[in-house]
Amino acid sequence: MSIKQLSVFLENKKGRLWKALNTLKSENIDIRALSIADTSEFGILRMIVSDPKKAKELLEKEFAVSIADVLAIEVEDQPGGLEAALGLLNENDVNVEYVYAFVEKKTSKALVVLRTDDNEKSLKLLKDNAFSVVEDEAYTI
Amino acid sequence: MSKFNEEDVYIFNPERECMSREDLKELQLKRLQKVVKYAYENVPFYQNSFDKAGVKPEDIKSLEDIQLLPFITKDDLRNTYPFDLQAAPKEDWVEVHSTSGTTGIPTVVAYTQNDLDIWAECTARGLASVGVHKNDIVNVAYGFGLFTGGHGAQYGAQKIGALAVPMSSGNTQRQMNFLKDFPADFLCCTPSYALYLAESFEKEGIDPQSVPLKGGLYGAEMWTEEIRAKLENKFGISAQNIYGLTEVIGPGVSTECHIKDGMHIAEDHFYPEIIDPNTLEVLPEGSEGEIVFTSLTKTGMPVIRYRTKDITSLKYDKCDCGRTTVRMSRITGRSDDMLKVKGVIVFPKQIEEVIMKMDELSPAYQIIVSRPGILDMIEVQVEIDQATFKDSIIDLEGFKHKIAKKIKEAIGIGVKVTLAEPYSLPRSEGKAVRVIDKRDFS
Repeated sequence: MSIKQLSVFLENKKGRLWKALNTLKSENIDIRALSIADTSEFGILRMIVSDPKKAKELLEKEFAVSIADVLAIEVEDQPGGLEAALGLLNENDVNVEYVYAFVEKKTSKALVVLRTDDNEKSLKLLKDNAFSVVEDEAYTI
Repeated sequence: MSKFNEEDVYIFNPERECMSREDLKELQLKRLQKVVKYAYENVPFYQNSFDKAGVKPEDIKSLEDIQLLPFITKDDLRNTYPFDLQAAPKEDWVEVHSTSGTTGIPTVVAYTQNDLDIWAECTARGLASVGVHKNDIVNVAYGFGLFTGGHGAQYGAQKIGALAVPMSSGNTQRQMNFLKDFPADFLCCTPSYALYLAESFEKEGIDPQSVPLKGGLYGAEMWTEEIRAKLENKFGISAQNIYGLTEVIGPGVSTECHIKDGMHIAEDHFYPEIIDPNTLEVLPEGSEGEIVFTSLTKTGMPVIRYRTKDITSLKYDKCDCGRTTVRMSRITGRSDDMLKVKGVIVFPKQIEEVIMKMDELSPAYQIIVSRPGILDMIEVQVEIDQATFKDSIIDLEGFKHKIAKKIKEAIGIGVKVTLAEPYSLPRSEGKAVRVIDKRDFS
């Protein structure tokens, strides 16, 4: 299964990222992973949080927020670990829209968040090829 | 160093341009009486409006009697779309020009050959006053097409017998090549585009002074003495102002001589008045107010007391150039919210309508007009909300382009669309500030 990612629209203005994070902190929502995609005028803050539903409700009062399905996989924390997963998707014509690393206290594995143009297909491919897909209830709504 | 030579300038039609004020007034009255009668008899709109005001053409016994006549406004022109204000029979129309249309209804003006001749005469006067002669080349880089744009300057140059080059706008590299290769003696375009050309030469390591240009008529947008000084110094030319509007005849209603103390109105063809835009009273000589024009000689679409919404003032004393025609100062503002951006007329309402029609957008928006370098730019800020926000930069960029495209379709020029966070733009509390013009015209 895929996990839920929170996306927040941020204008490239002083204090906006802080404001979004401050909103989450005030309600004790933990951020497990975070990435920012930015253009010259705006950015998209992408997060995996401990309570996506509550986080969305909080942030919506001030920000444009959406929830997207993403995949999180465990790869070997060694050269070529991620390359193998992406190679598999590439061979099967799946386009990866973005990727960022997931910060979690785990063992020798690195966690990577992936958004592709066909999450269902990607999920099946990765599972069938023995990649370890994170299916933590805590990250879903 | 200026390549402009004062000895090159001349008065194209001394008989008319240097008439004594008494003779001119007599001519104006004769023509006013004629055009009022002509409009009354040939245009139902004028017949109705004069009848409503209780005035007959015979009541015009002096120039002051023009004040008995009602005004005509832009709305009237739209309501008579396309040809209900035309006085001449259709077989006499030879050319049509049109504005972009603020509410989707453009103002369409059909010209008779007589009207084109008047237009050519007016711009020829302006071109003569910057020194255009028969053996000169005049590059016209105003737009060509439905807008009146560069057509008038072309006809004027041709009337003088000069070579007119209908460059139109854009394609800067070719503009530069033709300026230096032909070479052009004169260039007519918006002041900001002329400056842009000068900078483009500099970027290529060519001193604009080395281009043999001597001068030109610049207008179709608000500009300042600072811009003039910059333009004149960069190219080494005389940059003279030109004014006009499609509803009256197009650019050329008034043109500045080399003395540069206001634009001489072709008063034998266009009768100006200055009114208070609120009380609609005619103001005393020298007052600043809205300029109103009556066409005295046009046969296609005569306008009687057309409210331009342009704010200016008039000077009636004789100019050092020898012309006796009245001079109008630079346009200092508008009595409505019209913007002129890159020489194109834009009403904020046009942009608002596009935004209101898009269900995906909240009604909050802001228009920012600026001149980051030397060219105007419109930025339209709109809000993104929960429904429109997608977790994809490509989708957001696509959304921006979609809005920009719709706005361009409505106003005719490109804009930059910026997405803002929800609820971040000012809401209308009575009168929200929707338009911020950061350009400095003072």
